Amino acid sequence: MKCKVCGGKAVISLRAYNIALCANDFVSFLENRVFKTIKKYRLIDDNDKLIIAVSGGKDSLSLWYILNKLGFNADGMYIDLGIEGYSALSLEKVKKMSDILKRPVYIFHLNNALGKDIEAISKKIKRTTCSACGMIKRYIMNRVCLDKNYNVIITGHNLDDETSALMGNLLYWKEEYLWKKGMVLNEEEGHLSKKIKPLFLCSEREMAAYAVLCGIDYIYDECPFSIGAKSLIYKEILNRIEDNSPGTKLQFLKGYLKFASQTKVEKNHKEMNYCINCGYPTRSDKCNFCRIMDKYGIKGNIVFEEYRNTDEVSG
Amino acid sequence: MKVEFNGKNIEVEKVTTVLKLLEKLSLNKETHLVIVNNRLVTEDYRFSQYDTVKIIKVVSGG
Repeated sequence: MKCKVCGGKAVISLRAYNIALCANDFVSFLENRVFKTIKKYRLIDDNDKLIIAVSGGKDSLSLWYILNKLGFNADGMYIDLGIEGYSALSLEKVKKMSDILKRPVYIFHLNNALGKDIEAISKKIKRTTCSACGMIKRYIMNRVCLDKNYNVIITGHNLDDETSALMGNLLYWKEEYLWKKGMVLNEEEGHLSKKIKPLFLCSEREMAAYAVLCGIDYIYDECPFSIGAKSLIYKEILNRIEDNSPGTKLQFLKGYLKFASQTKVEKNHKEMNYCINCGYPTRSDKCNFCRIMDKYGIKGNIVFEEYRNTDEVSG
Repeated sequence: MKVEFNGKNIEVEKVTTVLKLLEKLSLNKETHLVIVNNRLVTEDYRFSQYDTVKIIKVVSGG
């Protein structure tokens, strides 16, 4: 196959766009796609202070790399869940990228903060590991913004993550989530930080190819707790459809964006308060995180370790 | 031919192209990348005798 742009040897075919590209033109194509997404959907304003949640995987590490390359200076945050044989390796990859970009990363060690790893916490609070992990991540991501003065959290959710979540919400008609899957979740009354997903329209295949071509060292292994997850089944089904009808995932998500923009979602009019324990925004007296920790008698201290390259560039 | 897949070396009956290799292993081309001699290649790549072949699964998450 030949590159659609320069006629050189292609390294990847993108059937959804009916093109094949060489390494250089693919890297430009993907970076341009992220840049256009940020501009078109106004994801980032000039004065925003950006922090990206990085897991050590291809999506978040590549996005961190792209954002800084494009001039959107973002620092990192990493949540160490204490998963044996997985978390330490992920953190190693995160620190490596922090060194390359010369940007700091704030690390939250679950074991140090709450005295337990994610498996022990999920058992204690009687939730699945993924549910406990999601609850803790949402809290910690917002908490780092409040504690360290960032106003935008960036995540590496990609096209496949979003289409599979959308499929799950449709299959079970989860109306409470169905129209909230946009690429921006705006801050709420100055409390909860704005969350953005600049890879919303980039597929996992494209992100893996980008990481390989740019020499980004990421963790190949999946989180051991994700084995058998429904989202992986939805991804498999969607990719089978994509293989037969290239472009389906993009159409699915773009169609969703169109309808979501026309759909009125009823706002929660309950007054915003601050958690009496931690000061976190909540609609009751205690936030969900503190309520659960209190209920199951888990005590802790939320602190972040700051890791930074000594030659850090400010900006 | 020897192929590295999921961190393990597996033996696969010789095939001519990347597309045929993926088909042989019943792998979806949307969810796998093939690296030959440390370079990403397209599905029409034709294997040579001494190629080093690695398959990367791109799907992650939970």
